[in-house]
Amino acid sequence: MGKSIFENDEALKRELIRCMKCGNCMAVCPVYGTEVKESAVARGKIALGEAYLEGKIRDKDLMNLIYNCLVCKSCMLACPTGVKYDKIILALRHKLAKDLGKPWVKKLAFWALTHPSLFDKGLKAFSKMQGFFLEKRGPKLRAPRAFLRTLGKRFDEYFVLPEFASKSFRDSTPEVVEVSNPQATALFFTGCSINYLYPEIGDDILFVLKKNAIKTLIPKGQNCCGMPVMVHGDIEKAKELAKNNLDLFERINPEYIITGCASCGSALKHEYPMIFEGDQEYETKAKKWAEKVYDITSFLLKVIKLKKPKAELKLKVTYHDPCHLKKSMKVWVEPREILKAIPGVELVEMKKPDACCGSGGSYHLAYADTSLKILQSKMEDVKNTKAEVVATECPACMMQLGEGTQRYKVNAKVKHVISLLAEAYRRES
Amino acid sequence: MLSNAFINACISLLGEENVLTKESELITYSYDATPGIPREIPGAVLFPQTTEQVQGIVKLCRENKVPIYPRGAGTCLSGGPVPLSKGVVISFQRMNKILEIDTDNLTATVQPGVVVATLNAEVAKYGLIYPPDPGSMAVATIGGTVAENAGGLRGLKYGVTKHYVMGMEVVLPTGEVFRFGGKTVKNVTAYDFTGLFVGSEGTLGIITEVILKLIPAPKYRKSMIAFFGTLEDAGQTVTDIIRAHVIPATLEIMDNMTIRTVENFAKVGLPTDAAALLLIEVDGNGKDGVEEEAKKVVEVIQKNKGKYKVAETDQERDNLWAARRAALPALAQVKPATVLEDATVPRTKIVDMLRAIQEIAKKYNLTIGTFGHAGDGNLHPTILVDPMDKDEMARLDKAIDEIFEAALKLGGTLSGEHGIGVAKKKYLKNEIGSSGIEVMKRLKKALDPDNILNPGKLVPMED
Ligand SMILES: Cc1cc2nc3c(=O)[nH]c(=O)nc-3n(C[C@H](O)[C@H](O)[C@H](O)COP(=O)(O)OP(=O)(O)OC[C@H]3O[C@@H](n4cnc5c(N)ncnc54)[C@H](O)[C@@H]3O)c2cc1C
Ligand code: SF4
Ligand code: SF4
Repeated sequence: MGKSIFENDEALKRELIRCMKCGNCMAVCPVYGTEVKESAVARGKIALGEAYLEGKIRDKDLMNLIYNCLVCKSCMLACPTGVKYDKIILALRHKLAKDLGKPWVKKLAFWALTHPSLFDKGLKAFSKMQGFFLEKRGPKLRAPRAFLRTLGKRFDEYFVLPEFASKSFRDSTPEVVEVSNPQATALFFTGCSINYLYPEIGDDILFVLKKNAIKTLIPKGQNCCGMPVMVHGDIEKAKELAKNNLDLFERINPEYIITGCASCGSALKHEYPMIFEGDQEYETKAKKWAEKVYDITSFLLKVIKLKKPKAELKLKVTYHDPCHLKKSMKVWVEPREILKAIPGVELVEMKKPDACCGSGGSYHLAYADTSLKILQSKMEDVKNTKAEVVATECPACMMQLGEGTQRYKVNAKVKHVISLLAEAYRRES
Repeated sequence: MLSNAFINACISLLGEENVLTKESELITYSYDATPGIPREIPGAVLFPQTTEQVQGIVKLCRENKVPIYPRGAGTCLSGGPVPLSKGVVISFQRMNKILEIDTDNLTATVQPGVVVATLNAEVAKYGLIYPPDPGSMAVATIGGTVAENAGGLRGLKYGVTKHYVMGMEVVLPTGEVFRFGGKTVKNVTAYDFTGLFVGSEGTLGIITEVILKLIPAPKYRKSMIAFFGTLEDAGQTVTDIIRAHVIPATLEIMDNMTIRTVENFAKVGLPTDAAALLLIEVDGNGKDGVEEEAKKVVEVIQKNKGKYKVAETDQERDNLWAARRAALPALAQVKPATVLEDATVPRTKIVDMLRAIQEIAKKYNLTIGTFGHAGDGNLHPTILVDPMDKDEMARLDKAIDEIFEAALKLGGTLSGEHGIGVAKKKYLKNEIGSSGIEVMKRLKKALDPDNILNPGKLVPMED
């Protein structure tokens, strides 16, 4: 048995005992805030983990409770003893998946994500026939057709998805985008959401990078960051995906790596070094590349000097902090600075801009009730700002918030921060 | 095991969503924040929202001889809400409405599940505060803090929970509802029931509503930090500040072990060779008064050879406080587990107590960092241990015994804040004697003849 928490029960126990059961995590946990019961919060899940390792529980609901978590890491910021909850929850899910098998909903998603090339082909095929399953609901929006509504609570008349792009972002872009007199070269790690669902965000990011004289590399060989399989406990698959990406970085050897998706950024920066703990070769690689990873806004402000847009964008904007950006990558100043740099943009803060939106990967489908309640209070917060746009930096949040505006009748558009910046640049010419 | 009929009766009383019975869910109600005490899994967890429902539960439990364990946020540090004899846990976390904020009588009427910080945020809108501020206030409930008579950083100047409870509604273990007190500042009708139920650790009655006193928020404050070469100088400073008739809102102490650990962890610029530091804040409603008190404190610090820094801006204040906030997190990094005690001595004996703790640490080869509320003599020796190290855990037990012995010898008490619960029951007789135990048993029997309310806690029935 290795030393890693994912392979070794003793290592996992060592992490679990660091929790002093102080309960502080209850103050910030969105799931606890909604369900108001102990099993919803980090402390409860840690206690369940302890009981499971001691062989005290074998009841079927355990799996259900351990998955009832957004992995939003809010609890980690409130924890006085620095419990590594993100690591613990992945390790527990990994262990349960091994011991008890994977929940079926997730199996489906797993299969697709873990076969990158098939996934790619599958989605392309799907994009052509999506009309069969999903009806059009406005520009670039799709909703499940009535016959799918029996699949789950969430698939009602308000459930919407971005349209699957007929051509993925990476397929429609060259692998190297040159600019004259580049001030730096950066690899754009697109992630799946931008690649398949929001290629226009990819276009905007690329456009902004060009405007700022950055030579951009968009290698087709990059694959899923691994976060979706990782949070479902499939550490082995996550490692496979991560290794592909890390090896690709080694081959290309970029100066910087940029992300426009908070979860991808978090994976590259934090989860990769974590899952490879004890694997000398890849731990070293993961750490080395983690240092070069920036979310696009930090890159524009900290690494290079942002070219200030000159055209006005008269908009009242509120900013939603994606959990993986604020709580994992510790970035919350820069996206706001970018918004403030756009002439005409008035930034109005929500009461709790960093409250989770309730998306949490597949959480929003598997735990629809809680997810929607969390979303509803988020949307009320948005509504009270009277903002015309909710800007954020994570496609998963965008999907959730987008649905929220429809479901809870909030008159605000959901945009990626960089899309607003790109729009301002475009207006210049 | 609870019978199906019992569970069904609970469900018809509270609704299905307010009754937990699945094993995994129940396991998460088997503990509180107390390290090293037994855990037990309850038969059910119930979430009432009204006094009538609580009354209904008590009646059901009495009929079926089922023990009842009231629970707030489960942040107790003495085992209070742990369901030692299974039975049912009544969680008050969903009975959490602020019923009224009366800005003219300066009172708040609340349900027991209201979180202390939530209440403070609400009353702040009216320029008021609810002063008791335990370190756990972000999650601890009014019911739990009243039941534990919790105190906090501001205890020295503003007192503790019992000074802010004006009235209460309780459901007695025999099922009757009993209200006492009210919004009047003066009330001498009948016995002083506040004194009886505050700090009763859920053993005498179930709190279902509380009327709390509020005060205007102090407008001005001034914080400073001081470092001392010897413990004696720090101790003398504490004494001299009080002698100068300044009562600071907070007067916190940190020993060298804690200073070093904090500095190592948080890099806030503390001198690691200092024997102790004091963190002092004076506050009040007049600017001049506050300035004058701050000046007096500085003079005392200088007289006792302290080096100091006064915070001039909110940012600077925040920086000073960062050291105190980092105390527990920093200590917790040293070893896997932390045991936080709260032995308390008269403030003139703090130095003796700190010395005694240091000697005990040496004797048992344990790492103990001490910080705490110097102003009210309430110290938090924080013992850092590895629960997987059996030998160390055995030494820990002995060290704790000696810490309590030392506190009592110095004229102090077993617990300044955290309560007796199960963790300190065995020491109780040492402080209050056999007659004290007898009084407690008689009170308990009079109010809870069936011993169904939080049995096994606070009152050593077996003695
Ligand atoms: C990190 C940390 C810091 C702390 N700092 C402080 C501090 O500075 N000062 C301090 O005093 N304490 C402190 N504590 C201890 C603890 O927070 C307090 O004892 C608090 O009052 C417990 O409140 P709770 O809501 O968590 O109650 P619980 O822990 O759930 O219960 C405490 C007791 O109250 C009883 N109870 C709860 N609700 C009711 C009710 N409605 N009716 C009757 N009985 C009830 C329970 O049976 C139990 O005996 C700290 C704890 C931690 C973990
Ligand atoms: S990660 Fe988020 S949802 Fe999960 S326990 Fe922590 S705060 Fe709650
Ligand atoms: S805040 Fe941290 S130490 Fe406290 S209960 Fe939650 S996970 Fe455990």
